[in-house]
Amino acid sequence: MSAVETFAAEAHGINKRFGPIEVLHDVGISIPVGDARALVGRNGAGKSTLVGLLTGLYGANAGEIRLGGRPAPSLGDRQGWRERVACVYQRWMVIPHLTVAENLFLNNQPRNGLGLVDSRRLREESIAVLDDWGLDVAPDLDAWRLTVEQRQIVEIARALLQGSRFIILDEPTAELERREVNRLFERIRGLQEQGVTFLYISHHLEEIYEICRTVTVMRDGRVVADARLDDLPKDRLVAAMVGDFAASGAGRKSGDSASKAQMAPGLDIGGLTLKDSLEDINLSVHCGECVGLAGLAGSGKDKIAEAVAGLLAPDAGTIAIHGTKTPLGDVGAMRAAGVGYVARDRHVSGLFPLMSIGDNLTTTVLPKLGPFGFVSTGRQSDMVDRQIAELGIVATSGSQPIGELSGGNQQKAMVGRALASDPKVLVLAAPTQGVDIASKDALYRIINAARDRGMAVLVVSDDLDELAICDRVEVIFRGRLTRSFARGWNDQDVVAAIEGLY
Amino acid sequence: MTNISLEKAAIARPGQSLFARFRLRELVLIPVIAVVIVIGSFVSSSFLMPENLLNILQQSSELSILVIAQSLILICGKFDLSLESTVGIAPMFAAWLMISDVSIGGSGIGISGYAGIAVVLATGLLIGLINGLLVVKLRLNAFITTLAMLILLRGITLGITNGQTLFDLPEEFLYLGNAKWLGIPASIWIAGLLFLFFGLMMRYHRIGRAIYAIGGNPEAARVAGIPVERITLGVFIMGSLLASLAGLLLTGRIASVVSSQGQNMIFYVFAASVIGGISLNGGQGRIIGALTGVLLLGLLQNVLTLSQVAAFWIDACYGAIILLALIITRLSGETPRA
Repeated sequence: MSAVETFAAEAHGINKRFGPIEVLHDVGISIPVGDARALVGRNGAGKSTLVGLLTGLYGANAGEIRLGGRPAPSLGDRQGWRERVACVYQRWMVIPHLTVAENLFLNNQPRNGLGLVDSRRLREESIAVLDDWGLDVAPDLDAWRLTVEQRQIVEIARALLQGSRFIILDEPTAELERREVNRLFERIRGLQEQGVTFLYISHHLEEIYEICRTVTVMRDGRVVADARLDDLPKDRLVAAMVGDFAASGAGRKSGDSASKAQMAPGLDIGGLTLKDSLEDINLSVHCGECVGLAGLAGSGKDKIAEAVAGLLAPDAGTIAIHGTKTPLGDVGAMRAAGVGYVARDRHVSGLFPLMSIGDNLTTTVLPKLGPFGFVSTGRQSDMVDRQIAELGIVATSGSQPIGELSGGNQQKAMVGRALASDPKVLVLAAPTQGVDIASKDALYRIINAARDRGMAVLVVSDDLDELAICDRVEVIFRGRLTRSFARGWNDQDVVAAIEGLY
Repeated sequence: MTNISLEKAAIARPGQSLFARFRLRELVLIPVIAVVIVIGSFVSSSFLMPENLLNILQQSSELSILVIAQSLILICGKFDLSLESTVGIAPMFAAWLMISDVSIGGSGIGISGYAGIAVVLATGLLIGLINGLLVVKLRLNAFITTLAMLILLRGITLGITNGQTLFDLPEEFLYLGNAKWLGIPASIWIAGLLFLFFGLMMRYHRIGRAIYAIGGNPEAARVAGIPVERITLGVFIMGSLLASLAGLLLTGRIASVVSSQGQNMIFYVFAASVIGGISLNGGQGRIIGALTGVLLLGLLQNVLTLSQVAAFWIDACYGAIILLALIITRLSGETPRA
């Protein structure tokens, strides 16, 4: 421990591009040894990218990263990175079919004289570590049997065993109960006293005040604030995250077309309840209305969308389209009743990347394109050409594989697929995620046009730009609708409600 | 990205050629087939004789039906190794039921030839149903499930006959495998019609499009409301049904059922499908491509035999050529997409 080593991690003048898009602009951060730093920002602010750079997942296009006072190892030197920084992600990073002991000493096992793994010492040392952490699990337990809390502790313990004194926690409490969160925090505080440095990423701002000392706020790929949390009250923290849009909502909306004349019922959700996720959700979207459903990841907003799409059957509650109740948990029936659905992640649950744009657009309407289930290529390509023109998809032809298109054009096709069946209700989850600016505007126009034609539109999102096209925003927090904002809302209030600070 | 797409549009738009419409990949084997035919005509003067060519087609017909079956399953993103055992067990079981003489390995029941055909197809259907249920409902891995089924069915085939060959089968039962329609073996007609039917189904019917969708991205298919489980189950059943039909034709052609009938065919089925552009990762490939794969293998086999390569070396040559064909198709075909 030389005197030089006063910063656990530093980044100076970092620029990072993915393809043509610059996601980090001249970012700098310095975390002194022993600090507990919070990193906050809205989705897309660049937090994950910064973490990726600090953990060596990828390199910066410009700038310097230093860990423990020395320049960061080369990207290929995984061992070098592991010794200096560890990251506990939301997703599982333990190996499910190895035992707890093997996971603790992964690639770091005690060896015997022959250079083989010394299983007796492995076991003994694991027991010592587990005792140290007060973790009541057997070292021989298969790791997949661990609870989320136990798994996180195993990951943190492993990081420390590998010599890392700087630990990044990426939303560690998202899946934990309050009691478990408290225990985790106690352990974090204990480690802080031993000089371990933490970078803590969370959407739950109240937690940050609980265990962090300082905060770095990111917005649009820049660091916009660096402060001690004592000096930064919550409202100013939220203001820094949201930016200068003091009162927007309506302000940014193009064309005020809230035709209050159409108040016919479109989508009506009544008493929707799902164990551990949703509690008595009541939500109505009128024909010709666009409603935003905002909430954190895991708040239950996506479950509502999936229930309306028929992808999951709720434990209780009703869903009605144009006043007619629908059978629940049946995708086909929901579509027949008039629901068009755009799933959150087009790569996971939307695209057929090897198939043509035409096939992707017409997936759900093939029965309408010919007799006995045969698809008339003429009728299909007429429909596809018309849709490509209407949606403004840039492609060589309808027969081009959709995997070759840009994200924005793929997303237009996903919305096009939902619209192809001419639905009464349109449900979109994060419809402009990962899409360039021009395509975003095009998508907003498409969604607005659908609403103006009298569709009931539900936008499930926590992106302020996406919410800005809505006539009304409902906020869900931990499975309950908490607040409703009419047009003309203040973005800061919406964000505070989303983060649970109301 | 946008600029590149626009440039492409300018080039590709006017008069989509046949080549472009078939996306190159499906026609990659045509030149290779042409080369093999040219070589064949030099190797032996009898190669281009109509009888020899019909012979190649007839010998390929059972394999090609299996290739259709495997292609459907592969496009759907699954595997079925047990198809070759189905080729053996379905006609064997039927033959056992048909033969009334216990002394030559029959059951003594003596059902009619037509009933025998029904038994063949019913056996195929049942095997497909079991495979499908295991893979779809129990979510067992298709590869290992159908491998176990392959061994099990082969064992049963041996068990019911003590390894005997069954012959002296009813005329009706053998008819499809040895009849000629308009001077051309019926099995060629059947294989050809099946290619046409499934080629069109996969391309123009919504179930075919759904199979591509399931193989390409099962989660997206589910979200789009495609009945993923039902269609996957149906594909397994259809695959085994086709395999049992192939077994019936093979039995008709050789007028008996050997306990090893169909053995090792699965390797050639995979070789033909993959050379023909069917992706092992699912969701990609065309039935017409698989057809070119079968034709190439059939021609190769014939040319190798005619060229009097020592019998013991034929398999080695065959394997080497399959590897070569794979390399050629990869190099001249499209780059694999992520």
